[in-house]
Amino acid sequence: MRTGVQCLMDGLKKAGVQTIFGLPGGQVLDIFNGLYDAPFKFVLTRHEQGATHMADGYARATGRVGCCLVTSGPGATNTVTGLGTAYMDSIPLVCISGQVPTHMIGNDAFQEADTTGITRPVTKHNYLVRNVDDLPRIIAEAFYIAGSGKPGPVLVDIPKDVQRGTTEAATPNEVKIRGYNPTTEGHPRQIEKLAEAINKAKKPLFYVGGGAISSNAAEEVAQLARKAKIPVTTTLLGLGAFPETDALALRMLGMHGSVTANFATHHCDLLVSIGARFDDRVTGKIAEFAPHAKIAHIDIDPTSISKSVPVDIPVVGDVKQVLKVLIPLVESKERAEWLTQIQEWKQKHPFAYDQKGSKLMPQYVIEQIYALTKGDAIIVTEVGQHQMWSAQYYKYTKPRTFISSGGLGTMGFGLPAAIGAQFGCPGKVVVDISGDGSAQMNFQELVVAVEHRIPIKVVILNNGYLGMVRQWQEMFYKKQYSATCLGQSGRGKNEKIKDRPDTPYLPDFVKLAEAHGALGLRAKTKAAVVPMLEKAFAADGPAVVECIVEPEANVYPMVPAGASLLEMIHSMA
Amino acid sequence: MKHIISILVENRPGVLARVIGLISGRGYNIDSLNVAPAQDATTSRITMTVPGDNRVMEQVTKQLNKLVDVIKVFDLTEQKYIDRELALVKVCSTVKNRSAVIELAALCRAEIIAVQNKAMIIQVVGATDEVNNFLELIKSHGIVEVSRTGVIAMSKAEG
Repeated sequence: MRTGVQCLMDGLKKAGVQTIFGLPGGQVLDIFNGLYDAPFKFVLTRHEQGATHMADGYARATGRVGCCLVTSGPGATNTVTGLGTAYMDSIPLVCISGQVPTHMIGNDAFQEADTTGITRPVTKHNYLVRNVDDLPRIIAEAFYIAGSGKPGPVLVDIPKDVQRGTTEAATPNEVKIRGYNPTTEGHPRQIEKLAEAINKAKKPLFYVGGGAISSNAAEEVAQLARKAKIPVTTTLLGLGAFPETDALALRMLGMHGSVTANFATHHCDLLVSIGARFDDRVTGKIAEFAPHAKIAHIDIDPTSISKSVPVDIPVVGDVKQVLKVLIPLVESKERAEWLTQIQEWKQKHPFAYDQKGSKLMPQYVIEQIYALTKGDAIIVTEVGQHQMWSAQYYKYTKPRTFISSGGLGTMGFGLPAAIGAQFGCPGKVVVDISGDGSAQMNFQELVVAVEHRIPIKVVILNNGYLGMVRQWQEMFYKKQYSATCLGQSGRGKNEKIKDRPDTPYLPDFVKLAEAHGALGLRAKTKAAVVPMLEKAFAADGPAVVECIVEPEANVYPMVPAGASLLEMIHSMA
Repeated sequence: MKHIISILVENRPGVLARVIGLISGRGYNIDSLNVAPAQDATTSRITMTVPGDNRVMEQVTKQLNKLVDVIKVFDLTEQKYIDRELALVKVCSTVKNRSAVIELAALCRAEIIAVQNKAMIIQVVGATDEVNNFLELIKSHGIVEVSRTGVIAMSKAEG
């Protein structure tokens, strides 16, 4: 006979959970009481959103299922953004939430929310446990569903009486769900067809996404690309799936992708998507996307296939398993003409920014982080311009070293995700690259890093704006900077605050870091960047480096939303 | 084109909400919907008619298949099938038009379920077109209320 709480603890143990991120509350008191002497590291976050992002960062960095634990009502609703972030990027995590006792459900009880109703669209699956007899099975299913097939977040809502109830039910050794059987092995005939197409193609291109990383297929991608001499471009979430230092690497494609990658996509005669889903930030105008190419798509998710771009050769299956079958069927080739063309583009159009003069350019900071960490750090980002610069000016050579909210685009993701990543990979250098906008969301979690001596480095590229939105306003809204000026200057009439001087450093990130117990540093000039970064990297604990960068630097190249990949803007001049 | 989709799901609380939420969340529409336990009481069958072209339908069926609680999805429109709908119609009828209403009901193979002083309740069963046709014909007598089940359907495959 076990209580619900004991069933939960046993289930978590069996699932291999080591670290749990979360925050307590009234309806999870019993679970936390059970946790008190359980064999898990518990990390007390300062906000439930932080807990979900930490579990997410932990999962992305390690490949294990992340786990978080929150209370009912606001505790659960605070996880929605974190669950949505993980859902859009297919990150495996299990979120356990407390719920009011079953007899009170629906009565508008204190801290009651319809948690499964609210989180249904942002989870791969969720459960409201109505009977303690079901709990052992549900915990096992939750971890299985989160980590298998196309991974994703699963929420388990456990009412207080279920936590306290007792049951004879055992934790199952094996999970079987009749409605859930993900296809992992690709159809052999489809794989043959794909191999034939690759062997026939003169100008093939691999377009690699996050699916290659979640299936741990980086090695197979490299083997295949090198054997058949096929250039590789990656999506934002695919960064690191193929070494960007390789001659075959074209870097990222899409809205802020490299010219070479976008040219290659336009001119290729066979485009093979490997675990990428033809997101609108990648394709631009669909009618003009890869117009000369036959399109092949390897994806574990059948709904991703032909969702936006019609696919000629679909292969439903796990990327790693499919590639393993595909590699021996593909012929070694030289493809000299195609690769020469690509080298020409690469030489002519590298990522570039204005390096003249002594201006402190944001891109410069990323390059210095790359140099100082020798390309071997885990780079985590927030969302905005700095995120794109982090993708462009740092070269990723290993999977799980670039962690970013790609699909949902969640500002405030980076700092907690970096903490989660560092918990999962204690030996690595973990850097959260941030903007001054994103940095003000979830900064409170820095306390967690300080407490646990988690030595993450937060580099804030402070340009005084919500920069990415400002960039769009500059380009497409006649420079009307509505609600994007974090300082006073440049604000519209309706936002200007009377008699409010334009105080610099509001907030003062150095003091803010210090107030949290972390090292706070500021670089105001180009010359100060390297010394400040060196100081931060040398510090034992967490450090925040604020770089006061050129305020109106833009991310280039840029394909305007809905335009074709050839219509790249390279500057405003 | 309208498609009839038959979905076998786990008979558990919240499953219908998942199916409906998916359809509305992804911007698809539902014309009619019918839910009841299936022969195996641990499952339910949801039958719905969804408008859309083949590409939309491919997405709808694949998305539905992705739901953990969905066991099987059939797009019946792709095969030979039988579909039926039932409607209860309350029609104004007094001594004056009673025989006319009865005659029309008989012609349309509709059944009179209840006779009242000022109204009759008629049950009509058939394919959607037949039900529509009856409603159109009986309209001139004055319809007080209509309640329809929505379409249920079955594949003609013998296996």
